[in-house]
Amino acid sequence: MSFPDPTETFRQEARELLDQLESGLLDLEQNPANDDLINSTFRALHTIKGSGAMFGFTAVAAFVHEFETAFDQVRKGQSPATPALIAVALDAKDHIHELIQDPDASPSGGEAILVALRNVLGNTDVPNPVLTKPSERLREPDTASTASEALWRIRFRLPADSLVYGTNPVLLLEEIRALGPCTVVALTDTLPPLDIIDPEVPYIGWQVDIEHEDPRSAIDDVFLFLKEGMELSVEPLADATAPAAETEVEIAPAATTEVPAPAPLVPMHKPEPKAVAEKAAEKDPAVAASSSMRVDAERLDELMDRVGELVIAQARLTQIANMSSDANLKTIAEELERLSSGLRDTTMGIRMVPIGTLFSRFRRLVHDLSRDLGKDIEFITSGEDTELDKTMIERLADPLVHLIRNSVDHGLESAERRLAAGKPAKGTVRLSAVYAGAEVAISVTDDGAGLNAERIRAKAEEAGLLAPDAKIPDAELWQMIFAPGFSTAKEVTSLSGRGVGMDVVKRTIEGLRGSIDVTTSPGQGSTMTLRLPLTLAIIDGMLVRVGNGRYTIPLAAVEECVELPEGIEANARGRNFLDIRGSLVPFLRMREVFGTKAPLEPHQKVVIVSSGEGRVGLVVDQIIGNNQTVIKQLSKLHSSIKSFSGATILGDGTVALILDTAHLVAFGQSYVDQGRAA
Amino acid sequence: MSQVQAGAMKALTLRLQDELFAVEACDVREILDLVPITEVPNAPEFVGGLINVRGRVVPLADLRVMFGMDRPEPDQDTRIVVMEVEIDGEPTVAGILADKVHDVTDIEAASIEEAPKVGMRWRPEFVKGIGKRNGGFIIIPDLGRIFETQGARTASIAASEERSAS
Repeated sequence: MSFPDPTETFRQEARELLDQLESGLLDLEQNPANDDLINSTFRALHTIKGSGAMFGFTAVAAFVHEFETAFDQVRKGQSPATPALIAVALDAKDHIHELIQDPDASPSGGEAILVALRNVLGNTDVPNPVLTKPSERLREPDTASTASEALWRIRFRLPADSLVYGTNPVLLLEEIRALGPCTVVALTDTLPPLDIIDPEVPYIGWQVDIEHEDPRSAIDDVFLFLKEGMELSVEPLADATAPAAETEVEIAPAATTEVPAPAPLVPMHKPEPKAVAEKAAEKDPAVAASSSMRVDAERLDELMDRVGELVIAQARLTQIANMSSDANLKTIAEELERLSSGLRDTTMGIRMVPIGTLFSRFRRLVHDLSRDLGKDIEFITSGEDTELDKTMIERLADPLVHLIRNSVDHGLESAERRLAAGKPAKGTVRLSAVYAGAEVAISVTDDGAGLNAERIRAKAEEAGLLAPDAKIPDAELWQMIFAPGFSTAKEVTSLSGRGVGMDVVKRTIEGLRGSIDVTTSPGQGSTMTLRLPLTLAIIDGMLVRVGNGRYTIPLAAVEECVELPEGIEANARGRNFLDIRGSLVPFLRMREVFGTKAPLEPHQKVVIVSSGEGRVGLVVDQIIGNNQTVIKQLSKLHSSIKSFSGATILGDGTVALILDTAHLVAFGQSYVDQGRAA
Repeated sequence: MSQVQAGAMKALTLRLQDELFAVEACDVREILDLVPITEVPNAPEFVGGLINVRGRVVPLADLRVMFGMDRPEPDQDTRIVVMEVEIDGEPTVAGILADKVHDVTDIEAASIEEAPKVGMRWRPEFVKGIGKRNGGFIIIPDLGRIFETQGARTASIAASEERSAS
């Protein structure tokens, strides 16, 4: 078994804490008087400091310390959480992040931030923080009076499973010993008889009387990472010569201990020793409940691959079982099918991450943009709990940054223009995610000026993307903004307007088998909607046959299947439209698209597929049925053939290509336009 | 050419029509009997198929196309040599159709000569060198270059398809 590098674990935890800190700060800005927010901010800072010091990130600890102090004052109501303070704290968060990523690099700028902090607090004369530890003293006014006490009595018992998890009581004792001269007494009162001893359970407790000048938090720090489920009491000893009285002091296992908060001092009481023994032996509920674990993303990918192979093998078995008359074989095949589809769903579920993790990053982006551009912006998110495949979420970050920047920079007008247009000075940017069938729709909406059709047209003509006075539908005109090198910004700002970005956005989204819709109305704002499949790895497919080849169509894209009317078949060219309940749908004869040489079959079927707004009918020879499709990427040799988005392996072991519906729809729509032009 | 190193080349020899070819044995992953081939519509003839190699979808290349040979239907000697080739610097697994696979042999580096610029039926850039064995010639194809050329050609075909589509 390999143990993860503790420093890396710290980094990971710190990153989470920093995210938490950031969202806390941003919330606080909206809501400066909220005690919960102030407290959670403070706790995040405190934990980063504590664990940073423990893992040797001393620069981090020293830096964070001053911020902790500042927020402690806020917590006590001694100073308000001003926007200025929060702005500095956000900078500080970025700095801490750098320090944690690369402690040796010692990035510059830390001192400047601290100076800014002192200015904000109106307190340029900050005493040396390390020596006086003002935060600790302020934090615990109740123990401040006893801080001068030189003698402390510490009693602790470890949780029953702590040895299993690698806690070494000897190291703990040594750490305590390092604080000052002490006497250690082992508490053996809960030792069970020898025959029922579990060697992995720490039955022994310890009582330490220690001379220690520093405040009690130094002692608490020793146990910082062990609070869960352990019994711990720290109390000042008034009389140094007091005998080691057998007063049983117990802190109830703090089920919801907030790690950095000092363990509350529970009034002394004397439970029966037996009760203590039970307490120590029974599994702490908090430990049992902490059911989440970190797993390497690579292992998940590996698991997904294996499940994919299992699904393929299972499909083969089902096929064989269907051909045989053996009832037993059929039962097993059915059972296996049920199990493997359950396993597939579970595995995909593991890879699903709520998109809120991504959304929270953008709050900071909007906050910074708002400051840099001098626009007052309200940023509203919804649908944070919508889940998407992990890989997808990672790859969505950059496109969404671009879209949000565009909305803020190009979409929203300046406050004066907004007021002149009769809109509130404060602009609104909405980011929302909703499930839509087998897709997730993520939209970025602003209430700005909307896209300017004339400017886009002019620009498109200038760039040679559009013939002058060519008539194209609005929806297509909006798609022009995704063309490479296209930007309508009159001025190039540092944020946007360089014409890189939107085409990258489109490429990325298409790479994820998704699409982008644009809707806009002049003066009201615009909405960019990304439509994405739930997962990248396995989809439900519809298997069809064209000539001798079998192809899979993503079932999510299929709207309906109809028979191709005989009359249309006869006049093959020219009228490639179907009348589906009153609306004209273009269709593609896949035999022609694929150049199939096999003889034409009677009773051609049409599979109507949709992508975004568009629809197209695909004429095939036969509809075989539904199947589970494990998507395999095509190699570079075939990646440039646009009609296919990938390949899959069928039940009989042969390869079938997956049709790229978005491309085929676009291809079909171009038919429509040609038809109109003619 | 310059890539022909000193010493012996461990090579897998295979036959395409009447010619003997040799490929680096260490690039060969496995040799398969003929498996069902899925045709890729609109793909260039050289890489017109896909096969399933132990759950992976692998492109199948027909070198005979690049050497302008006849392409009769597969028979009982036909094999698929699964190899690792580099395409645009990316290691890719691809299958190569062979009319017959012979054996693994050492070809003395000294016996390998550069492809003559004239007097050859094939495009010289596809031939890395020509070796001699038992009085016959063995062609050592430059797979990297063949696949790269192919990539470029697929791209241009796709681009023209795009143009005609829009």
